[in-house]
Amino acid sequence: MLSTNTHILFSEFEYHAPTTVNEVAELLSEYGDSARVMAGGTDLLVQMKMERRRPAHVISLQRINELHTITQNGALTIGAATAIRALDQYVTLNHPSLGARLESLSAACNLFSSVQIMHMATLGGNLCNASPAADTAPVLLTCDATVTIKSKTAEKTVPLADFFVGPGKTILGPNEFVTYIQIPLPAQNTGSAFRKISRVVADISQVCAAVTIVRDGNIVQDARIALGSVAPVPFCAEQARAALVGETFGPELAEHVGNLAAQEIKPISDVRATSAYRRSVAFVIVRDALMQAWDNCG
Amino acid sequence: MNPKLISLTINGSTHQVALSPNTTLLHALRDLGHTDVKSGCEKGDCGACGVLIDGVVVNSCLLLAWLAENKELVTVAGLGTPDKPHPLHKAFVDLGAAQCGYCIPGMILSAKALLDQHPQPTDEQIRESLSGNLCRCTGYVRIFEAVRVAAQELGSTLPE
Repeated sequence: MLSTNTHILFSEFEYHAPTTVNEVAELLSEYGDSARVMAGGTDLLVQMKMERRRPAHVISLQRINELHTITQNGALTIGAATAIRALDQYVTLNHPSLGARLESLSAACNLFSSVQIMHMATLGGNLCNASPAADTAPVLLTCDATVTIKSKTAEKTVPLADFFVGPGKTILGPNEFVTYIQIPLPAQNTGSAFRKISRVVADISQVCAAVTIVRDGNIVQDARIALGSVAPVPFCAEQARAALVGETFGPELAEHVGNLAAQEIKPISDVRATSAYRRSVAFVIVRDALMQAWDNCG
Repeated sequence: MNPKLISLTINGSTHQVALSPNTTLLHALRDLGHTDVKSGCEKGDCGACGVLIDGVVVNSCLLLAWLAENKELVTVAGLGTPDKPHPLHKAFVDLGAAQCGYCIPGMILSAKALLDQHPQPTDEQIRESLSGNLCRCTGYVRIFEAVRVAAQELGSTLPE
């Protein structure tokens, strides 16, 4: 009997490399719970090595070209298998004006683990793995992102805010998978920012926060605040947001709203940080992200 | 779970090898004798298993070998030989950047990927490029310096 938790990939599975999304839907309708969709594999293969998952079928998205592409047509439509590095390059290189408004997305991509993992890991994988610490999730929540979910019989688009159910859990049924993530193009007077606290840059967040502000003169016309690693799912700080929208912006307001966000979150103590530490730094990074997002408003 | 005949192009030579779907690229390479690719944490944290795939550095412990088919793979031994070392090899030796040496193949490949993209990198870019490679001996100072020296060396040989 082979010992467990060796970090070597023992588990046996059948590997599928479809070239169209319809084939993926077909395979999932056939194999359901016994299958797992693999995008970059950086989470799934670790889970399989640790024997936390033992799928009999692994369905790779690697050969589905359309899921690696990003298109812009009123919204950014990002194929679920787009690598984090490719997404960052698209936003910063192809669309400098967009890059300024979506600075939070670039920042989250840049602080996303190591260079190697940025090349391998995907946006869809980061969301579907549903870690409470997923760096892209708070950013996408503040961008009002939606996800398109496909099965053999149906296709639907749902707000990302409704996608997460708990640590490692999403609303995806056994026959469903994510094809695209959509981000509405932010208005011109939008600014955003992302802040992350971790032991070293490449490490998993102890706390992270994303902010989007729509500015009208000195007034906050609209805003979103979301945090990671502070609740069972990526967390929208609604009370903090309510205290921000419609107000005249300034350092005192940022301080006040940061405090509200820190009171709203439900952090746990674990190997990475204590609950009290998370609450303390959540205040700081929300306040700082608000100040930066305000500065970034064009 | 049937093995499949896969074609892997490693350091310019193509090999046909029968592999099961659960073979990672790391172990496929080591089984073919490319033991310059190191097995470290096996979960994408340490970077010792770094390999260049079409010029991009990845952790081969988290890549199924089947996915590397028909791609150009380069390991640290593919950059040069003891007689004709790559400037990165030479700088790492000259500066004593290796102690136990286990992390060095991954370090050098991360640096190679950086220098291919940014021949004159900033200190910040060098730090970022090495951020996915853990070294438990050196404290990184000489590794960082070696990359900087190699960049200067490569820069001085660039055509005007």
